[in-house]
Amino acid sequence: MRILKTFLLVVLFINIANANTDIKDKNLNNKILKNIRCLVCQGQSVYDSESEFSSTIKLLVKKKINEGKSEKQIYEFLRKRYGDWVIFEPELNKNTYILWILPLLLFLLGGAIIRKKLK
Amino acid sequence: MKNKIYLSVIIIFLIFCFVIFYNGLNSSNIYTPKINTKQKLPIFEAKDFYSNKSISSEELFKEDIFYIVNIWASWCVPCRKEHKFLMELSKSENVKIIGLNYKDNLNNAKKFINELGNPYSKNLTDKNGFLSIEFGAYGVPETFIINKNKTIVKKFIGPINKKTLNQIIQIIK
Amino acid sequence: MLASQIGYYSLILGLIFSFTLSFFATKDLTSPSKKIDQNIIVLSFLQFFFVVVSFLCLIFSFVNSDFSNETVFNNSHTTKPLFYKISGTWGNHEGSLLLWLLVLTLFIFLFIIKSINQPKKYRISTLLFQQIIIIGFFLFVLVTSNPFIYVFPVPNEGLGLNPILQDPALAIHPPILYLGYVGSSIIFSAALAAVIQNYINSEWAKHIKKWVLISWIFLSIGIMLGSIWAYYELGWGGFWFWDPVENVSLMPWLTLTALLHCILVLERRLLLTSWVVILSIASFTLSMCGTFLVRSGILNSVHTFANDPARGIFILIFLFILIFLSLGIFFIFHKEQYKDNKNFFWLSKETSILLNNWFMMYFLSVVLIGTVYPIFLDVISSDKISVGPPFYHKLIIPFLVPFLIFMVFGSILKWIKSEISNKNLLIIFFTISITISFLVTKNFQVDLFLYTILIGTSLFLFFTTTVEFFNRKKILSQTVAHFGFSLFILSILLNSITSSEVSTNMKVGERYNYEGGEIFFKKIEEKKEKNFNSIVGHFKITDNRGDIFNLKPELRVYNQPIIITSEADIKTTLLKDNFLVMNTVKGNEYFNIRYQVKPFMLWIWISVLLISLGGMISFLRAKNEK
Repeated sequence: MRILKTFLLVVLFINIANANTDIKDKNLNNKILKNIRCLVCQGQSVYDSESEFSSTIKLLVKKKINEGKSEKQIYEFLRKRYGDWVIFEPELNKNTYILWILPLLLFLLGGAIIRKKLK
Repeated sequence: MKNKIYLSVIIIFLIFCFVIFYNGLNSSNIYTPKINTKQKLPIFEAKDFYSNKSISSEELFKEDIFYIVNIWASWCVPCRKEHKFLMELSKSENVKIIGLNYKDNLNNAKKFINELGNPYSKNLTDKNGFLSIEFGAYGVPETFIINKNKTIVKKFIGPINKKTLNQIIQIIK
Repeated sequence: MLASQIGYYSLILGLIFSFTLSFFATKDLTSPSKKIDQNIIVLSFLQFFFVVVSFLCLIFSFVNSDFSNETVFNNSHTTKPLFYKISGTWGNHEGSLLLWLLVLTLFIFLFIIKSINQPKKYRISTLLFQQIIIIGFFLFVLVTSNPFIYVFPVPNEGLGLNPILQDPALAIHPPILYLGYVGSSIIFSAALAAVIQNYINSEWAKHIKKWVLISWIFLSIGIMLGSIWAYYELGWGGFWFWDPVENVSLMPWLTLTALLHCILVLERRLLLTSWVVILSIASFTLSMCGTFLVRSGILNSVHTFANDPARGIFILIFLFILIFLSLGIFFIFHKEQYKDNKNFFWLSKETSILLNNWFMMYFLSVVLIGTVYPIFLDVISSDKISVGPPFYHKLIIPFLVPFLIFMVFGSILKWIKSEISNKNLLIIFFTISITISFLVTKNFQVDLFLYTILIGTSLFLFFTTTVEFFNRKKILSQTVAHFGFSLFILSILLNSITSSEVSTNMKVGERYNYEGGEIFFKKIEEKKEKNFNSIVGHFKITDNRGDIFNLKPELRVYNQPIIITSEADIKTTLLKDNFLVMNTVKGNEYFNIRYQVKPFMLWIWISVLLISLGGMISFLRAKNEK
């Protein structure tokens, strides 16, 4: 029971933090661009890259934001055409539950071990 | 006893990791987006290269044959090299080639075609590059093969060469 | 050429001496003499010596542009400046492996001659374990990554070194990084030896602490150099991208930091013995794992070396042999010391160190899982995903808050049992910190709540460590290192909220007005250097306060390989960096320029140096304690 409570607390804590963990950005546009991978570069985001591909994506994202599309919709658009690989933040789906949850579980496990040691 | 359980779990886990890494090695390569074989032809509207009139994808691909979509530009050096292969393909009756002129200057593009020949049954302009994104492309040249069910069955990144030409010929038979 | 021949045969000789050394060491293990066989010391020197010769031969080949050597051909060019010809030696796969061998053999030699007061069997066992690693690497080099392969006919010119690698920070980054990274091999070998000899105790802790410190200090500085290079050279103003190769250097650092703190406990009390062994094994294992990940081609990143699966398989098998070996030794030989646990009082330094380890292991798991999960997913389900900065930020940043708070208490608590004497002072500090943080943060468009707490807790640590300097009974190394850490987090946070950027296209002669001032594109200058031609843009930037900055970003066209790079011009001052980078815009006379103002950048580097300084102080203390 206590474990469950701690777990929920941790998740809540993270969600509050998550709500705005984007390192400050003037607007949505830059945030999205930083989250898109430049596919012709090695490990750079579209925001940081000056490649042909990146400039096209930059225009595209701007257009879609002006059309009122949400962040999620834009990512979805790109994911459909390029695969999950193109977005830096792994979305939470059946493929990535383990990815997101495992570190937190290990954190709780560590906590439990320490608790035992201190008893 | 507890130790033995820990040990067995750890050993099993390590063997699992080893197998994964081993397989990861054998399948590793520079990432190319998985050619989503179920990817249907995107629906779009584009401007015709010569007439500047709008044309829909439905109309472009209405015939019951194979289509090749080729993304090209006059400023793209490898495009020159692959052009003769496209000319050869255009002679086939099983296929029509649709060109996507990517981020190009219209006059330069026309000069390119006049100089090297026109294999395209229809040519479209993609001034801002958005159309190529619809196809999931990220550079130029790229070539897509579309079958009679309007599904993209193969994608070639980079210029077509003798080998890929033969591959294409096999597909469109 | 001759140098390559000498280099190759030196390696063979080195390997022969490795075997000989192992033989003599095994024999001496069972000899009744109390003193170590002098042959061992001589042989370990010879083993090191021939690796040095081999390494020097490779450098020599690079400096002379001897293209009959395949490695030189692949990675160098006659027009490269001398400094980069030399550093090009270790800027490639084969050369860097030679560097691995150099550090491995150096460290075991130093270990043997510096551990005279340690038990003989322990010293020899350490040597033997290290020999396993050394011989493994000798074989790896000779079988799959020979730096002395002959090319015929001899080419006239080499393929050159990627120009972005031609940078001073990057030139010294590998040697320093390896001293840390590869240096953890000694900790690994020593820990296994100590387990077998039942020597995991305070005396061993005092002895191994120096080696942990050396490895940790060099690793910290090495990582910093890599970040500095990324910041100055790659042109986007970032210094850490959670790229797999970066993560791979961070992971051993996390375990070494945790280990360092546990060693502090073990020095005084017989506690955490198993955990210390596990961390020692883990640090080097992670180094090896990292080597595997970046050299085998299994991961894609900005700086993967050889994409050669054959090499990958060798390292993979080698890595798992080491893991199973260390695991086996741990389970068979390790005796849990009689439980000292009854003395684990909750309010004590020991507990703080446990908490530190808890968080370090959590951070480690985030980085490790984030880095290798895509591989697992790809193999199991053929789905390729990216795990990028947002993942790491979301999972790490929230946890920094409790971590920083625990650091405050950890530093002031005493060993065994403690109380918090100046509770009021702490509460005052905390309140002041949060208040200042709030007043600062509300001026920027960021999440007020999150950043107030983050900056507030960093300030809290900052103030408490600053005050600690005036305490005569302080532990200097701890105070300096923790102060450095608080400064590190603080600089990063302040930098991220106060940085600003403007991007626009300009042509020569234009002026551009933006919120913070004006950018004037004065002119273009063309330059010719030894191995590149460049276009230099002269810009004059006047900000709203009237300060003028003259920045000259460049576009360079290198001759071999033909690559165009964009070199940012960065003016660094104590308070901020002004960062200007220029790129071409296709097809016309316009240039895209990106101007950034980044406050407190320099403090990020200074704080890492401070953290390392804390380590150095501890090292000197420990050395003089004899």
